[in-house]
Amino acid sequence: MTCLPETTNKKLGLVIDLDICVGCQACATSCKEWNTGGYSAPLSDIDPYGADPHGAWLNRIHGYEVGEGDASRTVHFPRSCLHCETPACVTVCPTGASYKREEDGIVLVNPDTCIGCKLCSWACPYGAREYDSNHGVMKKCTLCVDRIYNEHLEERDRIPACVRACPTGARHYGDLGDPDSDVSKLVAERQGYDLMPELGYKPTNKYLPPRPRRDGTTATNQPAVEQPAPATGTTIENFFAWADKMLST
Amino acid sequence: MHPAYSVIFFTTASGAGYGLLTWVAVATLARTAPTDWRFGLISLGLAFLLITGGLLSSTAHLGRPERAWRAMSQWRSSWLSREGVLAIATYVPAGLFGIAWVFFETTSGFISLLALLAALFAIATVYSTGMIYASLPTIKAWHQPWTVPVYIVLALASGGVLYLLIASFFDGANSWPLLLNALVLAAAFAIKRFYWQTLDTDHALPMRYAATGLEHLGRIRQIEPPHTQENFVMREMGYSIARKHAEKLRRLAMALMFAAPALCIVMMMVTGGFATTLLALIATAAMAVGLFTERWLFFAEARHISMVYYGQQAA
Repeated sequence: MTCLPETTNKKLGLVIDLDICVGCQACATSCKEWNTGGYSAPLSDIDPYGADPHGAWLNRIHGYEVGEGDASRTVHFPRSCLHCETPACVTVCPTGASYKREEDGIVLVNPDTCIGCKLCSWACPYGAREYDSNHGVMKKCTLCVDRIYNEHLEERDRIPACVRACPTGARHYGDLGDPDSDVSKLVAERQGYDLMPELGYKPTNKYLPPRPRRDGTTATNQPAVEQPAPATGTTIENFFAWADKMLST
Repeated sequence: MHPAYSVIFFTTASGAGYGLLTWVAVATLARTAPTDWRFGLISLGLAFLLITGGLLSSTAHLGRPERAWRAMSQWRSSWLSREGVLAIATYVPAGLFGIAWVFFETTSGFISLLALLAALFAIATVYSTGMIYASLPTIKAWHQPWTVPVYIVLALASGGVLYLLIASFFDGANSWPLLLNALVLAAAFAIKRFYWQTLDTDHALPMRYAATGLEHLGRIRQIEPPHTQENFVMREMGYSIARKHAEKLRRLAMALMFAAPALCIVMMMVTGGFATTLLALIATAAMAVGLFTERWLFFAEARHISMVYYGQQAA
């Protein structure tokens, strides 16, 4: 049923901290590893060892340079399904394969009824859905629906694979519909925001902005590197220059 | 947006089929269509052929064509589903209309009601096709008031030249069908011009939305793409045509869709017999190539907002 639920009991989603993401791609590879054996399995890998390796991944990490000159900074930007409250990718689906779950707000594709028309990917402004040409159906982030409720896993593993894998703690998972949850508090404290709020898709996932620099001296100004003594020609000077170079490396 | 040939063929062929069906139905209601059962057979037969061929072609772009029947189910929310339902529903009045005409040689009374229904369903189907594109806020080129009128008026214009071609064999390509065709062509020309004008003024590039939320920090450049090779999103949404190529193709499409058929129609007003058929054939051929170019451009000129994440400029 592609009509959206009026409300969902929970709003499960991710909070991504752009201040501390280092762009290591651990979340992306961990996502691929889990999901190629999970709900969306398998995720295609086309020409994996050839000249044009590509395939379906549910999480992509861009590296951006933001700003100019001394004020510029590098921001690593993970991008996956935001599990929107009013996702047009669901309402445009002609078959009912795309749906939003009433119990927790997760947006899923039923791989048994998807016809692979790709219209949902056109309707998504975030480029979050990837078509799997090997299987002729659309793939997307499932918020690891097969992990978070999985009682065969240890308690600490019942979180999305990307959150579990993140070595810097830049990814958080929880119920954004509950104002007292850790993720909601984090969003309130750090002024977490929506991507493209103008479009009105009401994303559940939130992004935390990079923190402002503390001041000009701590972040960018490194102590000046000592210049090696110039070699001027005499044997003894050359010897000291050589020794200086050796000792300072 | 990537121009998929199956979708281009579907929208142009089915559009022309629904346009032709509308012309035949309206001409029958107005009692000016040739009443010969053979005209009914050829004109409605060609409309069915175009519609069915187009619909079958559209399933070729599906990943799972064998599941296409499932697309009928979500008409409450999805324009694609509505299009499917209306496309199938059109067969009922149109089929009964054709059977009554060809086998029982009657087009009056209850049958004219069927003709009216067939025309209404045909237009509604083309309207749904247009709405599939017009309802997507992610593609600004399509999310504009002229997208749906373009689909409807081009279906009528292409169906119109087909009507003239078939009617010319039955001495029916004269007086008002010629005049009405000229009017439809003029309207189509104007509407497509408005579409392109809107595209050029502020719909060529996606809106400058807060895509990353970092926009207030300054200019954003992608220094590390997420992957080495193009992924599905880039292959599907990243297709775009250079502006100067687009302008050439626009002129070609305009000349073939409007100027050439209009010239043929003016000449048909003063000729008769075989010359009329020949002119109608030229008009149809020009319209077909022009329409195919127009539909290819419709996709190639449209830009998807998700590409801003890959460094594409926004307006």
